[in-house]
Amino acid sequence: MVRLFGPFVGLFFAVALLWSFGNGAYVAITEPAAPTAEHEFHKHPKEVHFASDGAFGRFDKEQLQRGFLVYKEVCSACHSLKHVAFRDLQQLGYSEAEVKAIAKQWGTKQPTFDPKTGDRGERDNLPADHFPMVYYAGQGSPPDLSLITKARHEGPAYVYSLLTGYQDQPAELLKKFPDAKTPEGLHYNPYFANLNLAMPAPLTGDGQVTYSDGTPATVDQMSKDVAAFLIWTAEPKLDKRKQTGWAVLGFLLAATVLAYLSKKQVWSNVGGH
Amino acid sequence: MSFPWANHYKPSHPFMQWLDEKLPLPRFVYNAVGAGYPVPRNLNYFWNFGILAGVCLMLQIVTGVILAMHYAANTGVAFDSTEHIMRDVNWGWMLRYAHANGASAFFVVVYVHIFRGFFFSSYKAPREMIWLLGVVIFLLMMATAFMGYVLPWGQMSFWGAKVITGLFGAIPLVGEPLQQWLLGGFSPDQAALNRFFSLHFLLPFVILGVVILHVWALHIPGSSNPTGVEVKSESDTVPFHPYYTAKDGFGLGVFLLLYCAVLFFAPNALGHPDNYIPANPMSTPAHIVPEWYFWPFYAILRAFTSDFFFIPAKLMGVLAMFSAILVWFFLPWLDTSPVRSGLYRPLFRKFFYVLLVDVLILGYCGGAPAAEPYVMISQIAATYYFLHFLVILPLVSSIEKPEPLPYSITEAVLGKDDGAVLSANPAA
Repeated sequence: MVRLFGPFVGLFFAVALLWSFGNGAYVAITEPAAPTAEHEFHKHPKEVHFASDGAFGRFDKEQLQRGFLVYKEVCSACHSLKHVAFRDLQQLGYSEAEVKAIAKQWGTKQPTFDPKTGDRGERDNLPADHFPMVYYAGQGSPPDLSLITKARHEGPAYVYSLLTGYQDQPAELLKKFPDAKTPEGLHYNPYFANLNLAMPAPLTGDGQVTYSDGTPATVDQMSKDVAAFLIWTAEPKLDKRKQTGWAVLGFLLAATVLAYLSKKQVWSNVGGH
Repeated sequence: MSFPWANHYKPSHPFMQWLDEKLPLPRFVYNAVGAGYPVPRNLNYFWNFGILAGVCLMLQIVTGVILAMHYAANTGVAFDSTEHIMRDVNWGWMLRYAHANGASAFFVVVYVHIFRGFFFSSYKAPREMIWLLGVVIFLLMMATAFMGYVLPWGQMSFWGAKVITGLFGAIPLVGEPLQQWLLGGFSPDQAALNRFFSLHFLLPFVILGVVILHVWALHIPGSSNPTGVEVKSESDTVPFHPYYTAKDGFGLGVFLLLYCAVLFFAPNALGHPDNYIPANPMSTPAHIVPEWYFWPFYAILRAFTSDFFFIPAKLMGVLAMFSAILVWFFLPWLDTSPVRSGLYRPLFRKFFYVLLVDVLILGYCGGAPAAEPYVMISQIAATYYFLHFLVILPLVSSIEKPEPLPYSITEAVLGKDDGAVLSANPAA
């Protein structure tokens, strides 16, 4: 039965597939896909290296603190960081008292609700609080940044490239795709998927943020620092993960060598192995 | 079952003797994976992957049960509870990465196990039932993995669930009501997430049950081997313990090294960045792709782009995608060659490698955007896939002239078999 019907089923699917193939090929030849501005002008993220890269890389805590400063002074106006708590900042090298002060002085407050009176109000942030929600009424919807470096391909390089990638629309693009002119209120950036985004360049001039450690706050440096900070917000356990990984691999390697030797020993009296 | 020369379990300690009388569990283990199970002496490292698959299943169950203690199956907080596991639960990041990459590791191992079966025709009599149960396990694994991927409720979770449950809508007449009934709504939402979580917890134990049947069925005829020649005498076998426990131990070590290297140093390499964006029914991702282990079948689904007579393209795609796996059920009867091992089947061997490359191409196309040239390539590759199993394999089995087989496993390993000489010349 199987051998009788099998070939017919196989030929049925094969003919249907070739029919689809023929139609697809016909369309591909008669109506080749038109080129798009996104396809031709979108750029892959720039090459950029971070202290935490690679199996031996570790976070540079001074850089994370600088990046946090950039987030605090610039990004936090529009972007929330809801998966991170103030207490987590101690991992960047801040003391408990400093974290307490950062939380207390944070501009956006925690909303409160009194169930007895029905009053809504706000209070200062505490170290145990997560960063408060940021509500943005303007054009576009600023994404939460907690996971942004894991939520984009080559995330850290993407963040860095986007921040340093603002430019005027190339004349070549406008000549080839007159309809692709950046709409009013949007900003051209070749590192953004559809080339135009609502966010204006957030880092516009050197010295926009004052670093306390003396590092020159160039746009390039600030972009790199905030990208490094966002690697940490997305994967705060990165250092511990790699540290654990080396211990685990070391143990497994030793165990595997022993397993190999015992296998050799066990099989030594059997021919052919 | 066992061969007549199998070792017998003789408990020496009084407690073990007592236990053996009341509940012979140690005897059961001894006969299953101990010295009481004679196994062909010539198994190569491809025979490690059955045990490895079992290890993966246990790993997934253990990490999964702990993750379920911290996860909340509610569309409002599912994503946040996953991040809570990653940040605030002790070693939660390790458990979650172990579970997510454990699924990938499980599929890698099982694909090797399946292709081992293809090459050495492990599906042939008397081992058809082992094969059939294996295909059932694979189908259950696919369902479990799909539902597990939905749980973090990221963008790919949501849109993957939407696409796959949408397949039921392709069934004529009852499709749409069936889809709504299964989802508990018009689109994946709270009801769907809750039942997916429930089933994702249940199915691994169903898999465990079928695995027990799979291993039970294996112990009836005993393990196959690379020559495909059945065991003839004691010199063809060695006891499972210590020979294969030692060999599997080494294989397990190598497997764990690779798995942990990914887990600790590239845990997101096999995932999709979009799943770190919370599910948003109002925003469709640019490319909806499932996890890598579904790519070959996803490519087959998408390869049907034109209606075929009165059958809509979508229904054809769904039929073909399921048939691509269901056809494995019929393998024992499609491949009629009396020779099992691909090592002695020159023509079959060539087509096996074509199939292997074909499935890799399908996998690549399934992960690529649904655009040319990937669709046209997957159409050709899918055509070969069906022709391979349903036309080429039966044809090859009937026209091929196999190479001479060794008399026995012993002869294949040692170059000579004294037992063979005895039985060939009883007078000598």
